[in-house]
Amino acid sequence: MVKKFIERFYVGFILFFLYAPIIILIILSFNNSKSRSKWGGFTLHWYKELFKNESIMNALYTTLIIALASAFIATLIGTAAAIAINSMKKTPRTIMVAITNIPMLNADIVTGISLMLLFVAMRYTLGFTSVLISHITFNIPYVILSVMPKLKQLNPHTFEAALDLGASPVYAFFKVILPDIFPGVLTGFFLAFTMSLDDFVITHFTKGPEINTLSTKIYTEVRKGIKPEIYALSTLMFIAVLLLLIIVNRRNAERKEPIRKM
Amino acid sequence: MKKFIGLSALLILMVLLVGCAKDDGEKVYVYNWGEYMDPETRELFEEETGITVVYEEFEQNEDMYPKVQSGAVSYDVICPSDYMIQKMIENNLLYEPNFDNIPNLKYIDGAHLESAQEYDPGNKYSVPYCWGTLGILYNTTMVDEPIDSWDVLFDEKYSGEILMIDSVRDAFAIALKFLGYDLNSTNETELEEAKALLQEQYPLVQAYVIDQVRDKMIGGEAAIGVIYSGEAIYTSRENPDLEYVVPKEGSNVWIDGWVIPKNSKNKENAEAFINFMCRPDIALMNFDYITYSTPNSGAWDLIEDEDIKNSPVAFPSDEILDRTTAFRYLGEDMESVYIQKWNEVKGE
Amino acid sequence: MKISNVLNTKAPKATIKKSGMSSLGIRNTRWLSFPYILWMVGFIIIPLIVILYYGMTTNDKQFTLENISSILNPINLRALLFALRLSLISTVICLILAYPLAMILNKSKMKSNSFIVMIIILPMWMNFLLRTIAWQNILERTGIINTVLKFFNLPMLNIINTPSAIVLGMVYNFLPFMVLPIYNVLIKIDKDIVNAARDLGANSRQTLFKIILPLSLPGVISGITMVFVPSLTTFVISNILGGSKIVLIGNVIEQQFRIGNWHTGSGLSLVLMIFILISMAILSKYDKESEGSNLW
Repeated sequence: MVKKFIERFYVGFILFFLYAPIIILIILSFNNSKSRSKWGGFTLHWYKELFKNESIMNALYTTLIIALASAFIATLIGTAAAIAINSMKKTPRTIMVAITNIPMLNADIVTGISLMLLFVAMRYTLGFTSVLISHITFNIPYVILSVMPKLKQLNPHTFEAALDLGASPVYAFFKVILPDIFPGVLTGFFLAFTMSLDDFVITHFTKGPEINTLSTKIYTEVRKGIKPEIYALSTLMFIAVLLLLIIVNRRNAERKEPIRKM
Repeated sequence: MKKFIGLSALLILMVLLVGCAKDDGEKVYVYNWGEYMDPETRELFEEETGITVVYEEFEQNEDMYPKVQSGAVSYDVICPSDYMIQKMIENNLLYEPNFDNIPNLKYIDGAHLESAQEYDPGNKYSVPYCWGTLGILYNTTMVDEPIDSWDVLFDEKYSGEILMIDSVRDAFAIALKFLGYDLNSTNETELEEAKALLQEQYPLVQAYVIDQVRDKMIGGEAAIGVIYSGEAIYTSRENPDLEYVVPKEGSNVWIDGWVIPKNSKNKENAEAFINFMCRPDIALMNFDYITYSTPNSGAWDLIEDEDIKNSPVAFPSDEILDRTTAFRYLGEDMESVYIQKWNEVKGE
Repeated sequence: MKISNVLNTKAPKATIKKSGMSSLGIRNTRWLSFPYILWMVGFIIIPLIVILYYGMTTNDKQFTLENISSILNPINLRALLFALRLSLISTVICLILAYPLAMILNKSKMKSNSFIVMIIILPMWMNFLLRTIAWQNILERTGIINTVLKFFNLPMLNIINTPSAIVLGMVYNFLPFMVLPIYNVLIKIDKDIVNAARDLGANSRQTLFKIILPLSLPGVISGITMVFVPSLTTFVISNILGGSKIVLIGNVIEQQFRIGNWHTGSGLSLVLMIFILISMAILSKYDKESEGSNLW
């Protein structure tokens, strides 16, 4: 009993540690004062201001577009690569996996700087595309590493059986292989999306003056005081994801119920 | 899964649209200090001229320079300080604007154009935007003596209560002035002395900040902070306990001015932008918003609040200005000496 | 591929393999990897070559080793060593906090894996800069903790702008990257092995140290990597929570690029990269040893 209590307490403590700053930010979004160190009473003012603030909405839009597009392109390239790597012989496979690990092992700052130097050396103007390319680059490994394990679990014979039964390779791929590895593909996509959303360092080095993601926008605002609208926006985003999570979890739970009874 | 694919197709379409839609129309790339302009003035400019303003901010002159010099991005209008303008002129980075396109220059006070000659002989390259001094902001409830000297920054009594400025030239200016030297010193022993002083100060400092000083002082995080005079009106508006002083040992007086880099691609738009910023009503809007002293006499005439119009903080008297000196560009070698010494201070 | 553990791939060898490592049976799939290879060459290999070029040349395109040897400059060396110290401390703290948590989560009745994973990842949806700034709010002299302490007339907690605050920021930001890989390995450990050990008379401590710990080593190692590397190289956390008083190697590199010393910055980046690769090589040696023993 005591052990159980200690365990619960411990989990609670860690969750509190993880979520305390988030609670603070949510509280600040209702603070009727521009300064974050003073409490000026409760207000919904910043939520109204948020939708009028063009630069924040633009940053949000850029962030989402880059996260979605980079996650999607990375998923395409990564899934294809994973399938190919999976059927490679040992040596090329080791090389490929090693290269895949580079952006994950390398410091963000080095990845960001090396990409910036490349773009500048090629006289490529830093802007939307350079950020998108950089995000795709660090996202692909996450996709590959999510898809690979699913590929390993595949039964190789189903695909061959489909071919023997007269399916074209492409048709067989979509009907036999893709459904089986799809959870891995989806995990990769969401992981890539989250990583892109949360990235600051690489964007910081590869962006041009025309665009701001939420991260870079916040970084410039840190210095002169964050605009409370940003807190409001983050609160909305956080709650949206939280709700999504709860709904998905509910549905999963309902689906699992009958299986357990069997 | 089909939904997923459909959604993705939609997305790609959106990305393509974004990529294409944003590329036409007249633009002007502005590179300015953080929170150094009323965003509404930019909107007005866009409305009146149809030119889109692409706006980016920097925190200190030393950050801005390499970005302009490397040419990775070509800006059209930049707002460096005096000594940095001099450096850019010397390194041949600036374009001589056509002043026929900037008729509103006539509103800029003659005295300021005169002092701008120090770094921009003949006023050929720059148009003053704001000016001010470097001084101490202190919280009257947290100190028990009148403050009029830099010595409080080196006083153990205020250990942990000091917000020091995180900018090479400003930090050394303080130490040099306190020691009684010229703030444009290039003398090795003087600089070494100044460095030693700053190293002694290190343990007393709560944090090295530039723009963050504003929020921290308003919130009462520290008793004493080094700050540009322009912030003083804003901070005392938010927290009446804060007071600004230019120490008796002397300090720095600076002018930030608009310049157009040589590699600008929209020079006419840049001139239109500078001209717009010199219009008295626009200059007044900016003054109200950022509270940095304006050299625009047209705007000054329009200020309604007599207290501000005659404020010794916003528009210091000659007596104060007599003890201030402007920065000069000291050359590339001296610049790296300063940076090296400053890194030694902070790498403690 | 240690990192893969984060994504719950590599099951400990003790579990039964499903279909072996054999190829899918898709013939001629090699072309599928072409876009990826092109991409990696263009945006990983070539940029590294560019950084190598910058790191080994001067402004006048002359070959030099000065940029690389600038790591021996006392300021830079101290920044590297200090970053190393802080990141090691935060890695150890993360490990100590994360392992018990992962074990408890693994034991818990909550069968929904993805839910637990999501709970740990969820904070990442609040921007990382904002979360770090929130810590400033909590730790400041006029911050939440001190206001409460003051209210009860307790002594103030003065850790903002000190190394402790930076360590706290690192632990906070990177803890999920330690919890998840360990958790993912733990849930895959075959319960029968644990039970078998029990049946053979091992007490719970022995089971932990002789069975669970060795089997979870791959997860621990990827966790260490995922915490150590970003902590070692951060410049944002030290900026926000250290009040610019504390200079880490990340800050030095960032400053070099900010003031336009691209060559020195590249040289230092190279050193940092090599440093990380060596640390990883040492770590992976331990990993391999454990794999070897797990085979039987």
